[in-house]
Amino acid sequence: MKKNWPLWEVFVRSKNGLEHRHFGSLHAADAEMALENARDVYTRRSEGVSIWVVESKDITASNPENNGELFEPAQDKVYRHPTFYDLPDEVKHM
Amino acid sequence: MSEEQIKTLEAQFDERILRDEKIEAKDWMPEKYRKTHIRQISQHAHSEIIGMLPEGNWITRAPSLRRKVALLAKVQDEAGHGLYLYSACETLGVSREELYEQLHSGKAKYSSIFNYPTITWADMGAIGWLVDGAAIINQVPLCSTSYGPYARAMVRVCKEESFHQRQGYEIMVKLANGTPEQKEMAQDALNRWWWPSLMMLGPTDAESVHTEQSMKWKLKRKTNDELRQQFIDQTVPQADLIGLTIPDADLKWNEEKGSYDFGEIDWDEFWQVVKGHGPCNKERMDARVNAWQEGEWVRNAAMAYAEKKEKIKEVV
Repeated sequence: MKKNWPLWEVFVRSKNGLEHRHFGSLHAADAEMALENARDVYTRRSEGVSIWVVESKDITASNPENNGELFEPAQDKVYRHPTFYDLPDEVKHM
Repeated sequence: MSEEQIKTLEAQFDERILRDEKIEAKDWMPEKYRKTHIRQISQHAHSEIIGMLPEGNWITRAPSLRRKVALLAKVQDEAGHGLYLYSACETLGVSREELYEQLHSGKAKYSSIFNYPTITWADMGAIGWLVDGAAIINQVPLCSTSYGPYARAMVRVCKEESFHQRQGYEIMVKLANGTPEQKEMAQDALNRWWWPSLMMLGPTDAESVHTEQSMKWKLKRKTNDELRQQFIDQTVPQADLIGLTIPDADLKWNEEKGSYDFGEIDWDEFWQVVKGHGPCNKERMDARVNAWQEGEWVRNAAMAYAEKKEKIKEVV
């Protein structure tokens, strides 16, 4: 019997008011151990107040090969940005 | 993919790096880039893990509780650094198992400095001051290397490393200002660790086979000789400050170039240690392999327990 511990991704909220951010990954047998290991590996110096762990295999990621069709269409939609609109210089509070 | 297509992709890849763009795990990369990174990052990870052994040797014999908690925390950091780096390496498509296998079979290398023995307490001071000092010089430029996961791991490592060097120097300060015997102990440790620390920054530029390619990929931002000079220039005044003598008769300030001239490094010794003939190569590897094998039943038990819990959940 030889089965390796699966890989987990670790997300840490550094303080209340901020979002959880990806900190790295680690191996652990189960979720509980992943949390304990994440605490030891990623928050030895008060880097966090909350930890999420999720098994890496459960994450669906976009493929960089599709970056063109996914993200380029946004580039020619400048009208989604406030600077696209011409306003008189004198106008205030806008 | 045709050769033509690969050429185009490679050209685009080189341009991205030139523009200081980061490469992420799922991006296309040349096979050589992947292989070189796996080699360097894993060597780095292995060095952190093996690096715990010479210092672990002194935890139970630290002279005070203050020294003990600091040394424990430092060794724990090294385990952490090894884990950050293994994780970064795994993003390149190599498994942790394979990486350990390469270390245990001797196929992968780790920093030669850890093949020297730690025979007195002053060695804990010298290692923190010199070995971690040299490591920091090596590592700081890596925070802006081109491979994203490696660069991010290095940012964390560098943030934590500066305490390591300071705690080591503090040990040296105390010993150097202590009894004559303590000062002698500090000097003896400096004598033994100085040259291996210089070697730690790698072979001379003329001998270094990977430098050119690594500079291009920003896997290296300064050459070994530049890093070594920087290390010497910043360390000599630190030794002067506490009245210790660098064991190099040829060491002399060179006014003209604004840095120190230094004596010949014994590269035969370096290559001997790299090839496995250092004082502790066998001891380090035995300790590492033993820890891995003795821990196997624990890893299996944890996995079996996790699977059992999963089954119970399914039934309920």
